[in-house]
Amino acid sequence: MGATATSLAESRREGSGSRQLRPYLLTLPAILLTVGIIYPFLLGAYYSFQNRTATRPNPSWVGLRNYERIFENDTFYKSVLVTLEFAVVATAVETVLGTGVALLLARSTLITRIFERFLILPLMIAPIIATIMWRVMMQPSIGILSYVLSPIGLRGFAWTDTPLNAFISIVLIDAWTYTPFVALLVLAGLRSLPRAPFEAAAVEGARFWFTFRNLTLPMLWPYILVAVIFRFMDSLKVFDVVYGLTQGGPGDALMTLQVRAYQEAIPFSNYSRGLAYMLILWVFVYLASTVLVRILGRAQARAAGV
Amino acid sequence: MAQTEARRLQSAGVQVTTDAETRQVTWGARLLQWFLDLLTLAYFAFALFPLVWMFLLSLKPQSELYSTYFRFSPTLDGYRAVLGIGGTEEIPFLRFFFNSLVVSVGAVAVSLLVGLPAAYAFARWKFRGSESLLFTLLSFRFAPELMVIVPLYVIYQRIHLFDTRLGLVWVYQLITLPLIVWILRSYFQDLTPELEQAALLDGYSRTQAFIKIVLPLVRPGLAAAGLLAFIFAWNAFAFPFVLTGSNAQTVTVGALSFLGGAIPRYNLTAAAALISLVPPLILALFIQRFLVRGLTFGAVKG
Repeated sequence: MGATATSLAESRREGSGSRQLRPYLLTLPAILLTVGIIYPFLLGAYYSFQNRTATRPNPSWVGLRNYERIFENDTFYKSVLVTLEFAVVATAVETVLGTGVALLLARSTLITRIFERFLILPLMIAPIIATIMWRVMMQPSIGILSYVLSPIGLRGFAWTDTPLNAFISIVLIDAWTYTPFVALLVLAGLRSLPRAPFEAAAVEGARFWFTFRNLTLPMLWPYILVAVIFRFMDSLKVFDVVYGLTQGGPGDALMTLQVRAYQEAIPFSNYSRGLAYMLILWVFVYLASTVLVRILGRAQARAAGV
Repeated sequence: MAQTEARRLQSAGVQVTTDAETRQVTWGARLLQWFLDLLTLAYFAFALFPLVWMFLLSLKPQSELYSTYFRFSPTLDGYRAVLGIGGTEEIPFLRFFFNSLVVSVGAVAVSLLVGLPAAYAFARWKFRGSESLLFTLLSFRFAPELMVIVPLYVIYQRIHLFDTRLGLVWVYQLITLPLIVWILRSYFQDLTPELEQAALLDGYSRTQAFIKIVLPLVRPGLAAAGLLAFIFAWNAFAFPFVLTGSNAQTVTVGALSFLGGAIPRYNLTAAAALISLVPPLILALFIQRFLVRGLTFGAVKG
């Protein structure tokens, strides 16, 4: 922010009109492009108050009817529930596992030095490609997964046949892809921690758990929170993993909001209904982001105060 | 670790100078490290096994697909079939690969061209509307894709952009532009404005100062932002899935279609999946150091 202050003073000194226009000229192309993306978004919001389908040539304004239909229907609440369940469980699993992996990799041993470079691989693979790979591994006929896991009693495990199994499977795939994201962030946090407090704790004879709970965790908290925010908001709009594995099945057990919206809008050609679902999801994401960003701000302030 | 433990004991009033005791502590610490190494190995077995297995599967001949797990006579037939060498292709995967390449490069090029000056302006001047513009861009990162895809599906069919690469380049700006603007802005912010002021005093114009002084300094950031944006564009699925048909389809959508059909051909699926994850993985190697900053839009400097 210091930079901004200097440049403000500078631009005042430079004075003339064309110079004050400079930031606007530089951002103009970006503004135009942004408008090119916001326009369909606003149009989509407008469509959600119409009865627009693929076959209706002249759609008309129907007010809140799409939303009333959605709120009257049980399928909506099922979708909201499974979306929230997935977001909470996947984020929790990835946060705990990712933090654990980061703590393991923060040590320097032969093993960590060899394997650290492989950490980012799953993260750089398209989620849909990851899902395809796991789906093949979960096939009953050739699937390697049940075979490999037969020592722990998973021989013949039906990975996608029941709602619970399918839910576990999408969490597993999502965790495979995104645990490195959390680990990478927390590892960066661990490596930026100041040494002095830890040395002091060691000299004082603090036990590992004491140091971890009272020193490591509070100082890492801002990093973990950034990871949680990104993961939670992305999980709310999960599409690739669910669609790629079961298309929302078995039955409609995994119809998360974005998969449901896709089904309404594209295969069922009811654009307006699908977009109403999307606008509701957007409100969820917006509320979640507001709350989480506020928590993050507080955590960063507290960590800086330490 | 052993030292720490010794110090801990010492401060607790325990004599640690005897040899036997020191050896005991060392062994305990070493055992702990071995255990933690074992956990590390377990995680990486989980993380890397799917890739290894896909590689094996992609080399399996169709005839041995269902009969064995690990022992088989490897063949490149799967790759030949996927790439249409020998005229056996059912799904034009090579064209999808080319589409992915063109669309991702195009999207990143547009975003860099437009985003570079904008990021510089955002980093150097606070002007009316700059904050809300930045946050609008950030909100794209978290917008549910279909909110934009469905209306575009309607518009594109009307203006003949459906199933075109240009149509994808446009919608991919939702992915690439916010990423590039936010990352580059954080790199520009790391440079003191005194750099440009010194250049101005030396008689450079603002444009010259930017090109000759500032740009070379952010070149690593520029490369990292561009490559990361490319990876995300390449990996996109929902956009090409809804907005393309057979013409402009990308590898992410194409790979999924190997699982469709009456007889899913898992060896071809594996080959297609592997082919489509090679470009992002190779590029990722070059930007490992910048990933933390890139993935968090500059929120964490890493």
